[in-house]
Amino acid sequence: MAVNVQTPPDSMYRSTEGLGVWEHKGKVAAVGIGVSPTARRWDESPETSVGAWTILAIRNAMEDAGVSPEEVDGIVLTPDTSTGVSWPKDRPIPESFVETFNLTDDPLDGIVKLSVEWILKNMPELTNIKFAMHAPTCMSNAIVVGAQAVGDGMTQTCLVVRGWHNLAGRYYVGQGAAGMDTIAGPAGITSGHGVPACGTTAMMFQEYCHKYGKNHDMMANFVITEKRNGLLLPEGYWAQHRPENLTVEDYVAARWIAKPANLYDNDLPICVSAAFVFTTAERAKDMKQKPVYILNHTRTTPKHRGAVQTLDDWQEAADETGRKLYEGAGIKNTDLSFENMYDGFTEFHQFHLEGLRFAGVGRGEALDFYQTDISLEGPNPVSPSGGNAGGGRTRFWLHYDSIQQLQGRAGARQIRKKAEIGVSGAFFPDFNYSTIWSATPD
Amino acid sequence: MPKQSPIPGDIDKPFWDACNREVLVVQNCKSCDRMQHPPKEKCGGCNSSDNLEWREMSGKGTISTYIVVHDTPVTILQAEQPFNVAVVKLDEDPGITMLSHLPGTAVDGVPIGAKVQVEFETTPATGQKVPEWRVVG
Repeated sequence: MAVNVQTPPDSMYRSTEGLGVWEHKGKVAAVGIGVSPTARRWDESPETSVGAWTILAIRNAMEDAGVSPEEVDGIVLTPDTSTGVSWPKDRPIPESFVETFNLTDDPLDGIVKLSVEWILKNMPELTNIKFAMHAPTCMSNAIVVGAQAVGDGMTQTCLVVRGWHNLAGRYYVGQGAAGMDTIAGPAGITSGHGVPACGTTAMMFQEYCHKYGKNHDMMANFVITEKRNGLLLPEGYWAQHRPENLTVEDYVAARWIAKPANLYDNDLPICVSAAFVFTTAERAKDMKQKPVYILNHTRTTPKHRGAVQTLDDWQEAADETGRKLYEGAGIKNTDLSFENMYDGFTEFHQFHLEGLRFAGVGRGEALDFYQTDISLEGPNPVSPSGGNAGGGRTRFWLHYDSIQQLQGRAGARQIRKKAEIGVSGAFFPDFNYSTIWSATPD
Repeated sequence: MPKQSPIPGDIDKPFWDACNREVLVVQNCKSCDRMQHPPKEKCGGCNSSDNLEWREMSGKGTISTYIVVHDTPVTILQAEQPFNVAVVKLDEDPGITMLSHLPGTAVDGVPIGAKVQVEFETTPATGQKVPEWRVVG
């Protein structure tokens, strides 16, 4: 029987303040994680397609959790598998892909996008899926939806899934409207000035530095720390393929993309997939892995009225996210053992950190905080996952690491202080899905 | 700079038509007294399309921030690199922002906080005029 794949309704999100403690606080847990290998670009073999690697990640996650495929009754998947290079309109898909997989009506499904339908057509062992949703844009969204779905009883054992493909060519450069001499729609107002992907973030960062008397060089310790942490993530692209250390000199000398954002403030697009297994806290008690409990989740959406956001927009949104997270989890900023907020672009991170008041850091203070000990060994571990900068562009290492930290199995990345409560979320300060994770249900 | 020519659609045509007359307008919701830019089908405040109007602006604003683009995705701008892109907040409503290449301002010499005045540039592909901003003080 075909599964009805739904879009998450607004009622599944915790978007406003004043909602009180989340009704499912501590009653939903992550119990398994799985990833695929990584690659810089798709080599066009079916075995390394985003579809194939997502199947692999799902199987790894189920094995990690110790659940059989027939025990899984739900799936929340992010159908977008890139934000960058698109498949050329007239180019046929590789014949070997057609021969290897069961296709959906969309021939690019499994190559440059991914649907639940494609997964179910190619994973016959998933015989018991009764609940399915597509959570667009970001695995952070899928996590929020998966947590709420398990809490609401829509699914007992749920896969949360995200895959990434990366084709030849450069993200956005000359792609679509950017390669034309005309431009239609709102992009005529927002994109015609040639701002690269990191440009809006760089604008906000510039305004931030101007307002608070900071400068780009003050980012160096944060980015270097992220790269170091990323090299301790064996599943990440940089650890697997380019185990290169970054120095302050490398960072400050890097070429500008959109000054004040340089090459290392941008992340590297890669191919990789990840899957998590969520279930009820009750069921999680006796499972293979130590459960990581979800204390709360939030969504924050853009409210800006102009062609681009303002510094005020981002700071207010980041503050709002922090307040909502703590309110719903029933915790304070001082309860966080670590933070794994989004970093792709790196200049997002200080907005998230300040919004959370992580380690007591307020507005305009994050770059000074970056000059202190923010390492895994220190009292205030920042981005222990290494984030997108340290592991490649995924928007999920932050969640993956949060779960591992709280299970005590982050290996060389394990923070030295006791990991009790962590936070991860992506992506923009004003367009954001975040989650509070905990080693205990309360 | 050789900008792409915007192709007006149903919603933003009044904005682009005004640009061709060298007048700057912004969409406003009469019910909420709330401006928004780019224009949309509905007001982002009350979600209604019934009270949207076009309000003429003075064409004055302030630079709030800027970047210097060294690696643009837009093909026809690549030969111009590096170039400034500034954010201008309108005097009538600082929540309304527009982008500018700041003609007449040296690359990476953008004075944050400076006053700017709108002017209009003709784009090469279709002749559509687009707003630009010049530092005036």
